[in-house]
Amino acid sequence: MTTEQTYETVDMMLNMGPQHPATHGVFRMVLTVDGEHVVDVTPHIGYLHRGSEKLAENETYGQVITLFDRLDYVANLNNELIFCRAAERLMGIDPPERGQYIRVILAELNRLASHLLFIGTYAIDLGAMTPIMYGFRERERIQNLFESVTGARMMHNFIRIGGVKEDVPPDFVPRVRALADDVQRGVEEIDRLLTFNEVFLARTRGVGVIDVPTALSCGLTGPGLRASGVAYDVRKDYPHEVYPYLSYKVPVGENGDCWDRYYMRVLECYESLSMVRQCLDQMEEGPVMAQMRRIARPPKGEVYVHGENPRGDIGVFLVSDGTDKPYRVKVRPPSFCNLVALRPMMRDAYIADAVAILGSLDIVLGEVDR
Amino acid sequence: MIGTLKGMLTTVRWLLRRPVTAHYPEQHLPVQERYMGFPALLMDDTAGEPFCTGCMVCVRECPTQCMSAQMHDNPKFTDGTSHRRKIINEFEINLNRCILCGICVDVCSFDAIEMSYEHELASYARAGSRADLDLLLEQGRRYMEMSGWNPENPEKNVAGVALAKRAAAAAAKTAAGEAGPADDSTEGGE
Repeated sequence: MTTEQTYETVDMMLNMGPQHPATHGVFRMVLTVDGEHVVDVTPHIGYLHRGSEKLAENETYGQVITLFDRLDYVANLNNELIFCRAAERLMGIDPPERGQYIRVILAELNRLASHLLFIGTYAIDLGAMTPIMYGFRERERIQNLFESVTGARMMHNFIRIGGVKEDVPPDFVPRVRALADDVQRGVEEIDRLLTFNEVFLARTRGVGVIDVPTALSCGLTGPGLRASGVAYDVRKDYPHEVYPYLSYKVPVGENGDCWDRYYMRVLECYESLSMVRQCLDQMEEGPVMAQMRRIARPPKGEVYVHGENPRGDIGVFLVSDGTDKPYRVKVRPPSFCNLVALRPMMRDAYIADAVAILGSLDIVLGEVDR
Repeated sequence: MIGTLKGMLTTVRWLLRRPVTAHYPEQHLPVQERYMGFPALLMDDTAGEPFCTGCMVCVRECPTQCMSAQMHDNPKFTDGTSHRRKIINEFEINLNRCILCGICVDVCSFDAIEMSYEHELASYARAGSRADLDLLLEQGRRYMEMSGWNPENPEKNVAGVALAKRAAAAAAKTAAGEAGPADDSTEGGE
């Protein structure tokens, strides 16, 4: 005897994180899945919240730089640069040209280090164990250079309001030239190893596609937006530092899928290398620090400054009340804003691709949670 | 298929090359010249005392408040063997709190504190990471030997140089005092 029974299908909630290794930190996603398909995703953030913005209100301008080091802990120098530019804009200081060149060289090398880490970890997210070894090997070279210039491998506190802390060591230029050649070979090697690998293509092509209107309305910036086909780059669109003197292309993708987001970063590695080489050619002797008082005390006012981080458009809104401590520091972190695009990307994706899509956004939780 | 083979070729090439990794506990990589390890205090050998006068500027400027210091009147100043009126009595750095930013070194105008090369300071007890004056001076001594450190402003900060300069100024003053009015502008700092 058989009983007729109808089964009602219900969506299942699947918790991913906060200790999941593929979330690159402490990030939790609650996935609503219908069978193998992701119906919805809710990101939960805040596990790494340290209150950096509030802490900054109780510290002097020089001390706030150390907090910015710890926001995006993969691209420390880019973060230092954006805060120093905000404070300089408020104070009306223009750093000397050599200082600006040193800042741009270090920022571009840091972008390179960040992208190399992304390439390695993205491959490991997709199950390829080898590329991270290559990525870390090249990143190590860059960090050794940072150690010889700034004294630290990650938390540098080197870029200061009005310039940089001290001039570069005498062997800097030949060393960076050798490094650029080494890293160029390394990036080409990773490119050969991974980019057109069939398995990698199968995992990333056509996955997590986002079109331009959705990307723009989500506030997606950086390589994620450029992969969709919008050539938005703060370095080009809002010229600052010595970027106008450098010639470089802004790589733009076509499909806006995971592979494009990955490939934009590979292409940006080459562009950064060429920018570093141009800076070395153009750099001249001179002071590295503007003439200013040791304790920065910007006049009353407010300013919003933004720049291109490896992850996207980082902005700093700085309010000064005329004392040596900022009244308010607000950061627009690119990783945080890019997370908004997670939901449209993941909708109707396979659950196995959730990690691939999250990985392609390249979030850093120190910056998301601040 | 071709992409996979190409990738395999890249990997196989590395079989014949030397590894780039170092085996850490057995093998220590050298630090760079500018490396910023934990802060250390430096010793003025011309007077046999630390450079630090306990002016507290590093304590105030530290973003994590990891330091504390105490000073007292310098007995060597009354002896005339040092030019420092005040001298450090106690100095403690909580190395667990220190974030190695180097702000203390930037603000110090007495050449007293430097970022040493020390970076392996694991300890079994929590209090083991509290560095007192003796440990800080020992680390500073090691740093001076390794880096060949020279004071930035010896005329102001090194006791031997400053005292000699002051004595010369005083001698010139007495010599000038016999001839005409004295000139006070050569008087040094603390």
